[in-house]
Amino acid sequence: MRSNIVKLIVLAIIGIICILLYGFYDIKGGFDYAFPRRMMRVGAMVVTGFAIAYSTVVFQTITHNRILTPSIMGIDSMYEVVQTLIFFFAGSSSIWVVNQYLNFTTALAAMILFALLLYRTIFRADKYPIYLLLLMGMIIGTFLGSSVSFLQVLIDPVEYLSLQNLLFASFTRIKVELLFIASIILLISFILGYKLLHQLDVASLGRENAINLGVNYDRLVMQVLVLSSVLIATSTALVGPITFFGLIVANLSYHFFATYRHSVLILGAGLFSVIALVGGQFLVEHVFEFNTTLSVIINFVGGIYFIYLLLKESRAAG
Amino acid sequence: MIEIKGLTKKYGNKPVVSDVSLTIRPHAITSFIGPNGAGKSTLLSMVSRLIDADTGEVLLDNKNVKSWKSSELAKRVSILKQSNFLNVRLTVRELVSFGRYPYSKGRLTPEDEQYVEKAIEYMNLKEIEDKYLDQLSGGQRQRAFIAMVIAQDTDYILLDEPLNNLDMKHSVQIMKILRQLVDELGKTVVIVLHDINFASVYSDYIVALKNGKVVKNGPTDEIINSEALREIYDMNIPVQEQNGCRICVYFNSHT
Repeated sequence: MRSNIVKLIVLAIIGIICILLYGFYDIKGGFDYAFPRRMMRVGAMVVTGFAIAYSTVVFQTITHNRILTPSIMGIDSMYEVVQTLIFFFAGSSSIWVVNQYLNFTTALAAMILFALLLYRTIFRADKYPIYLLLLMGMIIGTFLGSSVSFLQVLIDPVEYLSLQNLLFASFTRIKVELLFIASIILLISFILGYKLLHQLDVASLGRENAINLGVNYDRLVMQVLVLSSVLIATSTALVGPITFFGLIVANLSYHFFATYRHSVLILGAGLFSVIALVGGQFLVEHVFEFNTTLSVIINFVGGIYFIYLLLKESRAAG
Repeated sequence: MIEIKGLTKKYGNKPVVSDVSLTIRPHAITSFIGPNGAGKSTLLSMVSRLIDADTGEVLLDNKNVKSWKSSELAKRVSILKQSNFLNVRLTVRELVSFGRYPYSKGRLTPEDEQYVEKAIEYMNLKEIEDKYLDQLSGGQRQRAFIAMVIAQDTDYILLDEPLNNLDMKHSVQIMKILRQLVDELGKTVVIVLHDINFASVYSDYIVALKNGKVVKNGPTDEIINSEALREIYDMNIPVQEQNGCRICVYFNSHT
């Protein structure tokens, strides 16, 4: 336990170093111009990093599976659907795109509505096993994805380029007011989610043991699904689809902390997210000079880590 | 007192448990026996609210278990199922500490620590308390899970085939501990058993199920005899008396 606190502090220090480096590196001339902008991006990265860390870890606990991410529920696909429909019917110069609030709230509302509909009407946690829900989410997500790519083919190529911009995760186009709204939503979710952490510790023993110990398991699953959908939806509406790296930071955290405590696991995964995002963004801006994207770097490093993990585990097993 | 009234559970159209009514006698070991697919585990799962019954009800102190608050019920009734595969890495002590969750909600008090300590000693786990569960043998792991249930300190302990995959020595060890729990601490144990001889030697009462129905229910002496066993298992099972224990010798039986 104590060693885990030390590890958390070390991670936090590395995170702060990354943030300082990103904030102050090569800041010639217009400090007053560049610094607040950089800090705003950092703010967005911290907020989304923790949102994704939280939702991935708790999602993996209730599905008892460490290679799933909440994106399997099709929430990201819903984001793509909303943006594509907007471009298809209204166009890139319409108020739905130009007004970022409108765009943000529309996408957010559509994603949350989609998730709630999926949980409330199609799926009842107490009636069916959770894998049925995952399967449904996957099928609907794939269906939405395919229909959307059909629409994308029909869109004017120039329009399509600006649509594509929205469909890649990016921290460079965030508006400060949106960040503010998103932070409030996420803060409320974290406060609500904090009370569930001990129950989630018990839930990692499996459904039967959790019920034995007095956890209302089916209700917990519902709460966690709704909460992580809100988190995913908010971070996606803010910066675009970026759930992919939840898998990496969650597994890093399991590996690094070797504990069942969700408070530690989530905090650890959140710090890993911040390091990955801020460090990665630093590389993108200053080393690669915007010749590559953050997702490419994170997937590259994360992929190497996974191969390392596989090799190590298979050697341990053999 | 636990009363079971008209419990029925169907999977599709097939009834697994149909219209079972019985009373669990307090401060005793009651064994559920019967052939494969008789509905023993399903019945136990319904009693412990792990699965919902289609019809019928389970009463604990005259109150339906479904209207009990889940966290309060966890202080009265505990259940241990047969498969205990875990996704997380836990030490024995961490697992046993989970048994105090209904009381402490995750923050152990010194009193909780005492219960954990006692449960660990009771199950002879002191030397391996800091080992991870995946480093242990099947028997040790099973003992760790039982220690968790002991730390939970409930009046009723329900166990679904706790002897599965255990060798003779560990099986005897666990049955003796269950006996102690009843005799020394006044617990009530309900256990699903496959091995009829363990049921015969250690239990006070036996409930025999067949095709989802109770076919025999009574003190152990009344059930462990060739006529009753033939009715339950459709098999000729000679019973021999050995050192005061009734042993069923069915290994070379002709049906």
